[in-house]
Amino acid sequence: MLNHVLRRFFQAFLVLILVALLIFLMLRVVPGNPIATMMGEHANAAAIERMTSELGLDQPIPVQFFRYILNALRGDFGTSYSMGKPVDRLIRTAFPNTLILALCAALFAWVVGIVCGTISAVRKNSVLDRLFMGFSLLGVSVPVFMAAMILQYVFAYHLHWLDISGVKSWKSFILPAVALGWNSAGSISRLVRSTLLEILQADYIDTARAKGRGQAGVLIFHAMRNAMLPVVTMMALQLSSLLSGAVITESIFAVNGIGRLAVQAIEGRDIPLLQGTALFSTALVILGNLTADLLYGVLDPRIRKEVVR
Amino acid sequence: MIKKRAFPEKEKVFRPGDEQLPEPDGFRTVLRRLAGENKLAVVSAAVILLFVLAAVLAPVLTPYTEKDMDLRHRLSPPSPEHLFGTDEGGRDILTRMLFGSRVSLLIGVVPSLVSMLLGAALGIVSGYAGGKTDAVIMRLADLMLAFPSMLLAMVIMYTLGGGLMNIFLTLSLVNWAGVARVVRSETLRIIKTEYVEAARITGVAGIRIMLCHVLPNCIPTMLVLFTLNIPASILTESSLSFLGLGIQPPDASWGLMVNTGRQFLYSAPWLSLIPSAAIMAIVLAFNFLGDGLADVLDPYRKNQ
Repeated sequence: MLNHVLRRFFQAFLVLILVALLIFLMLRVVPGNPIATMMGEHANAAAIERMTSELGLDQPIPVQFFRYILNALRGDFGTSYSMGKPVDRLIRTAFPNTLILALCAALFAWVVGIVCGTISAVRKNSVLDRLFMGFSLLGVSVPVFMAAMILQYVFAYHLHWLDISGVKSWKSFILPAVALGWNSAGSISRLVRSTLLEILQADYIDTARAKGRGQAGVLIFHAMRNAMLPVVTMMALQLSSLLSGAVITESIFAVNGIGRLAVQAIEGRDIPLLQGTALFSTALVILGNLTADLLYGVLDPRIRKEVVR
Repeated sequence: MIKKRAFPEKEKVFRPGDEQLPEPDGFRTVLRRLAGENKLAVVSAAVILLFVLAAVLAPVLTPYTEKDMDLRHRLSPPSPEHLFGTDEGGRDILTRMLFGSRVSLLIGVVPSLVSMLLGAALGIVSGYAGGKTDAVIMRLADLMLAFPSMLLAMVIMYTLGGGLMNIFLTLSLVNWAGVARVVRSETLRIIKTEYVEAARITGVAGIRIMLCHVLPNCIPTMLVLFTLNIPASILTESSLSFLGLGIQPPDASWGLMVNTGRQFLYSAPWLSLIPSAAIMAIVLAFNFLGDGLADVLDPYRKNQ
């Protein structure tokens, strides 16, 4: 088991290095000299050249890349061109906001998804089922900016219940979390419903009923336990995509998180910052996927045995 | 693998890996079943057709063009002359929606087609060849799937610059890996069947097995993935355009219209809400259709 975990960790690390290389190369082929852009129109050629060599950008690309990786492993992602601060410090101040937002959105998605999905499966084809599934399908289909703008318009602008944008208190996270989590809630509730429906057909459910278990007992101890397997995996995957996918939500609600930082980096043509945020988000996703993978192994005894063998 | 049961089978349920697979369906059977079972899918298909017609007939349907400015009638609310109102440059929103639907539909279909073909080719080769080829292709797919797709799209669009062709390229790059994975697992299932075994023993070339035995059996899966990739592409494009990284003005795309309309959300909400609603409608329609197709085409589900 330990062997398996270590191997998976090593693979994930390898993927991360490759991702870093890919991002690095992609941003090196951007047309235009980033230093010239940074120093403005009035900089003379000599100053630009001096700055370029100071930042090590005149070195061959492999050298630049290795230097970047070595620095990144020590937590140094370079200095932002547009904000003049170290990228790691910018990321460190932005990350808590992204994390809180993602956790709130995930919590919303998990609770709503599991409750709606379970009720829909148990009361198949009822009015509630139709209602919940409509809500879920809408969540999967509504563009996140539309959900965000409608929530903003109704609850902040019209009813004045919550803040329009910015982070002032815990209440500021409610609207963005719902806007961001709706999509995940939709996919989770659809998954819960279809998995439960399949499981409720199984022989061991009939057996449990025959033994005289009540409806709730069958549902919780026999059906839900088995249905949780794909659902938990999906929940872990969702969390990592919520952590990296908040670009639009953060922009609309002016939450100073990683996604907003990436957008600002693009607007300022700020390559170190874009590189840093992209790498950081990808690392989060890889970590999330790894967690899901390992969790699956822990939860499913069949896989656990296979792995040990 | 057949489960051993203490009681006689109630009803034969087909599972992946069973020796005896149900007969594949003809095209007409599939259509008939879709029409009979899933009314929602049929309605969705009709809605999609309506959008396609509107996109094709755009110049005939409206007296304005999408770039005509009329500064005397800026931000006017919906009225008989301008059914959906006008935007900040006095341009007719209905007209821009019609022309924008061309962009949005193209962006849905073209990258989905490219990523489906690319993903299916790589998936089949990967599953059939196995070994090193399989490992290389699948690690590459893992690499693509490890990127947060929105962020990857943002970085690629930043590198390439905005515009339609670059969006096609970006979305194809983002989507092929998922298709390749699913098609690979389908291939692994198919090459274990007796007819592939028989073909192999009689000396049929590998490329012929892939094209004549594996590919046709993957087509239902590919079709479902294609249908479900269309709304995903439309959503990604609208998000990119919303951030200003996609279609560039004065061209119209729904995502871009939402973005420019956002500044007027409180004074003229129709500017961004109407294109948002259109995006939602088309995405919903494609999702319904994809779900319906998945239900009908899945040979394991129909017998239950």
